[in-house]
Amino acid sequence: MTKTNNDEKLIDKKITRRQMLKITGAGAAGIAIGATGMGGVLKAFGKDFLQEDDTTATNKVNFYGKHQSGIATAVQTNIYFASLNVLVKSKKELQELFQMWTPLAVQMMNGNMIGEYKNDMIPPKDTGEAKGLDARNLSITFGVGPSLFEKKELGLASLKPKELKDLPHFPKDQLEDAYTGGDICIQACADDPQVAFHAVRNLIRAASGKVSMRWSQSGFNSFPTKNGKKQTPRNLFAFKDGTENPNTSDEKDMNKVVWVQSGDSKPWMTGGTYLIVRRIQTHLETWDRTSLKEQENTFGRHRDSGAPIGKKNEFDAVEIERKDENGNYIVPETSHVFLAKQAKARIMRRSFSYSSGIVDATGTYDAGLVFISFQKNPEQFIKIQNSLGRLDKLNEYITHRGSGVFACFPGIKKGSYIGEALFNTL
Amino acid sequence: MKAQSLLAILLAGSVVMTGCNSTDDAKKDDSKAKTEESTKNASSVDLQKEIDAYREFALDQLDKFTAETEKFVAAVKAGDIDKAKEIYPVARMYYERSEPIAESFGDLDPRIDARLADLKEEGQGEEDWTGYHKIEYGLWEENTTKGYEKTADQLLADAKELRGRVETAEVTPDTMMTGAVDLLNEVSTSKISGEEEIYSHTDLYDFKANIEGAEKIFTILEDQIKDKDSKLAEDLTNKFKAVNDLLAKYETKDGGYVSYTKLTKEDTKALSEAVNHLGEPLSQMGIIME
Repeated sequence: MTKTNNDEKLIDKKITRRQMLKITGAGAAGIAIGATGMGGVLKAFGKDFLQEDDTTATNKVNFYGKHQSGIATAVQTNIYFASLNVLVKSKKELQELFQMWTPLAVQMMNGNMIGEYKNDMIPPKDTGEAKGLDARNLSITFGVGPSLFEKKELGLASLKPKELKDLPHFPKDQLEDAYTGGDICIQACADDPQVAFHAVRNLIRAASGKVSMRWSQSGFNSFPTKNGKKQTPRNLFAFKDGTENPNTSDEKDMNKVVWVQSGDSKPWMTGGTYLIVRRIQTHLETWDRTSLKEQENTFGRHRDSGAPIGKKNEFDAVEIERKDENGNYIVPETSHVFLAKQAKARIMRRSFSYSSGIVDATGTYDAGLVFISFQKNPEQFIKIQNSLGRLDKLNEYITHRGSGVFACFPGIKKGSYIGEALFNTL
Repeated sequence: MKAQSLLAILLAGSVVMTGCNSTDDAKKDDSKAKTEESTKNASSVDLQKEIDAYREFALDQLDKFTAETEKFVAAVKAGDIDKAKEIYPVARMYYERSEPIAESFGDLDPRIDARLADLKEEGQGEEDWTGYHKIEYGLWEENTTKGYEKTADQLLADAKELRGRVETAEVTPDTMMTGAVDLLNEVSTSKISGEEEIYSHTDLYDFKANIEGAEKIFTILEDQIKDKDSKLAEDLTNKFKAVNDLLAKYETKDGGYVSYTKLTKEDTKALSEAVNHLGEPLSQMGIIME
């Protein structure tokens, strides 16, 4: 049977795209077909058949759009965050890396496997642990760190936005190399720890020899619900985290706080944002022996309701200038929320808690916050962090151990690939 | 090529096309199609020439292993500690290079190559310990050969028995391809952590020999791989070179390797990553069966 006959026979069967996906376990099978340019098959299934968001998939977040997923996406319960070193030696290879990752990300976000089994003499293309699970609202966010632009062989120096640089040293920082920096970041979030981990694992495996792992951190969130609506999650100190976030459905506000606007930065960043990650160890043992009053004065909020001190509801305005009859500030001047508000800068927080065993040297929990924030300029975060400075009462209970800043590409258009604007302006 | 065999799977029978209403059915059909496919493959790919070449390589390595072991045993029995220490890592390299074959005799491998930790895992004790690593303990920990004469005699007898039995070992394409990946896995799990040679710290000799053993298999299969995927062959050549270049940094003037204890965390990490970056494409050699 000749190749052509094969093609015709396939078309004759007139199988639908969904059937095709079912038969092959979906996915990379199609890449193989596409790559060899077998016209008949392409015609039968449509050229973009692999690269589409499957709108019929369960618990699905779209890959394509104006902005990358995992930023304005409703916060999921789990994160697996990975910071990578780039090993490739040319911009062409770097571009190919992002091109290669694109269909894999789409397929995993559709809840599909990234490859079929067809030869049991080689390992399966998909590592397989997410089989049988749906997309679980998987989002995958890609960003690039300042160090990527400093690699001469990649020739990206002139494209480095001036605001993309390592964060300054903040008071009380105890950053460890093992949790700091990175050329590329992949943030995978899902309502399932295994789906999030699987996504990063498969992207890194597919890039074997092109990247190496620098550091990674998993994290979790839990959401109380009220009248069927997800509430603000609590961190391990039991305080609500993310109350002051911009409303992600308010485009104007998001444009003001999160999305880089045309003219703000290098053109390739328009529609993108900056991700800041901080691995913050929380000293649970000392926190747990702190009185409730002191805990609330530390945050400047009531623990249970999340309301600013002296107010009733979580979303009541903080109004830090409020004073009592003796002229003292009601929200203490050294509280976390007072100092943060004073900075007059806003960011979008999208943090997760972490628990990673025990600190050998002290026998205490290695637990805390994978702090992640998105902002159109890292300066917004820097302003807040500088305002917290040495004064923040919370400092007594936390230590910043890891740090990273990454420029997250704008959204990906169908038919394009992750970070195309960065490579096309070359 | 890839696309063709995929089509073959899709077209393997109309069952595949019609049975896709239930996931279970689809799975069953998939595996059926796969079996048909691999059966067809097995008969259509002739690797006899490659298998013969590999058998010849392994036999030659084990010839040399027996000869070196003979010298090693002589030194131990003569009480020549320095000489025994000198031969030890070199003799072991012949064994490590041919491990996919050498290891295929389940009773002999532990007698020749068991670490004390391996025995303990199997509920055995020090009294059951024989072979190279036992003598390694005597040489480096106790700085003596005394009391190890019997172990030395047994080692030589086992080495000779292995050499004799290897003639009958069945070598298949799977022995070679799985063997190559296994050699790297050995490096990744025990050599890179310094857990293979805990007394002599000559782990880098074993490391190098494992890589050479895997590279030999690649070289034998290279033309076949090139036929299917020339990029994979090129990638493997580059990745072997990367590992070998890295290892060369630790070579000593006499052609040996520095002690594992001289390696920093950064050194072992770099070596480990280079091996993992080689392992991924190496695991794809099975495409030659398509």
